[in-house]
Amino acid sequence: MKKFAYFPGCSMDSTAVTYKASLEYVAGRIGLELKEIPDWNCCGSTAAHTKNEKLAYSLAARNIAIAEDTYPDLDIVTPCAACYSRLAYAKHAAEDEFTRQEIERIIKRPFKGKKEILNFLDVFSQEDVMQACKENMVRDLSGLKIACYYGCLMSRPRKITKAEDIENPMQMDKIIELTGATAVEWDFKTECCGASHQVDAPRQSRPLIERIFRNAKANGAQAIVTACPLCNMNLDMREKEINEMFSKKYDIPVFQFTEILAIGMGAGAKTSGIHQHFWPAFDLINGVLRANFGKAGK
Amino acid sequence: MEKILNRKEGKLLAERIAREADVKLHECYQCGKCSAGCPMADAMDLMPRQIVHLMQLGDMTEVMKSKSIWLCASCHTCVERCPHSIDIPTLMEKSRMEAQRRGICAVRDVRLFNDIFMETVRGFGKSQEVILEGAYNVTSGHFFQDMKNVPKMLQKEIVRPELNQVNAVNEVRDIMKECEKGGANR
Ligand code: SF4
Ligand code: SF4
Repeated sequence: MKKFAYFPGCSMDSTAVTYKASLEYVAGRIGLELKEIPDWNCCGSTAAHTKNEKLAYSLAARNIAIAEDTYPDLDIVTPCAACYSRLAYAKHAAEDEFTRQEIERIIKRPFKGKKEILNFLDVFSQEDVMQACKENMVRDLSGLKIACYYGCLMSRPRKITKAEDIENPMQMDKIIELTGATAVEWDFKTECCGASHQVDAPRQSRPLIERIFRNAKANGAQAIVTACPLCNMNLDMREKEINEMFSKKYDIPVFQFTEILAIGMGAGAKTSGIHQHFWPAFDLINGVLRANFGKAGK
Repeated sequence: MEKILNRKEGKLLAERIAREADVKLHECYQCGKCSAGCPMADAMDLMPRQIVHLMQLGDMTEVMKSKSIWLCASCHTCVERCPHSIDIPTLMEKSRMEAQRRGICAVRDVRLFNDIFMETVRGFGKSQEVILEGAYNVTSGHFFQDMKNVPKMLQKEIVRPELNQVNAVNEVRDIMKECEKGGANR
């Protein structure tokens, strides 16, 4: 149906197993072709730009340059919010001719920086992709209340993301509602999860996660859905610890939006990845599916 | 702590950083909207608003000594809400680079994490989450902070121990070397 140059990013091959499995499943079902950029490197993530601006641009630009060479006609898509941000920054930097030439010199490759840089919310919210998803739905997730968490980097800074609405984006809400699930209104859609500060400044940044869970719960969400490996890990991996640290009893599984789509399209627990969460996710989904199956039977 | 920059030097440095960040410092009228929405404000010793104020005054010593410049998560909430779009994360970032150049670092772990992250990129061309957490925990003395999650990651096959490496890892190393010429960011 559609083809993209695909930049997986480092997490996709390590911690983001559920994202990878579910994305591949959904892409296969709707005929989305993802051509991996050959021999791609780390985009520099949240670390490179704290040290050296040129380095941050150049690491990201090497990947764009390879894509320009290998897949001249394809836009670039990436599943990670940080990769998306860094690639988009490099594209933005290339608008300045002096900087573009300097990057070419550093990476020793031609670099135009004209390709569109997309994240998967951009792709899945395109009319025809939404339509294809809709046609492939075989299950009904009605009754499941979801808080869609977008995080920072797919929204801000606006000059890089060109996002329509940075305080209340709706792309993911619309996508997950294709399954029959309800996207709740809540206040923390684009609040920061702390990113790598959850590792290097944990004491100072754990409260950021706690308030995301708190607000999701206060607005009636049974699950949080993300579109980034790092956001997802920060929430899912640390939910247990947050409960202990803040004496809370949150029971809010955290999914990638592609997992929800995969479940809607009939994927089993293994293919959708819901067995590989830190915080158990299976019972919630199972309960919703059973309830709806019962309804359909009557 | 002694003043490491006199007033005139501080003023010049603040002006240079502001120019590079495309910020007009005098436009900030100290409304505090930036601090109100900052997710890291609770942990900061100087509010984002105060950072801008100190830069207006040219007191870069205070800015460079602060924890705030290390704790800023670059979330860009403040810029987007500021009535003058003052780019505080870039002011923070450039101040942090200046501090680093002078050997000042109020939150050692943040610098360490970024250093180790970039070393795994130099080594493999891709970042290595398992090594990263392990190495970080050992060098920062924060043993088992996230390491307690590693066995579960392995058990659930959330991470696979085989390392991901770029074939042309030398290209990545050359890029890093070229960019690091003449010290950080210059
Ligand atoms: S929001 Fe902008 S104008 Fe207001 S204090 Fe912060 S930087 Fe200054
Ligand atoms: S970019 Fe930094 S200073 Fe601004 S709101 Fe985010 S953490 Fe606070």
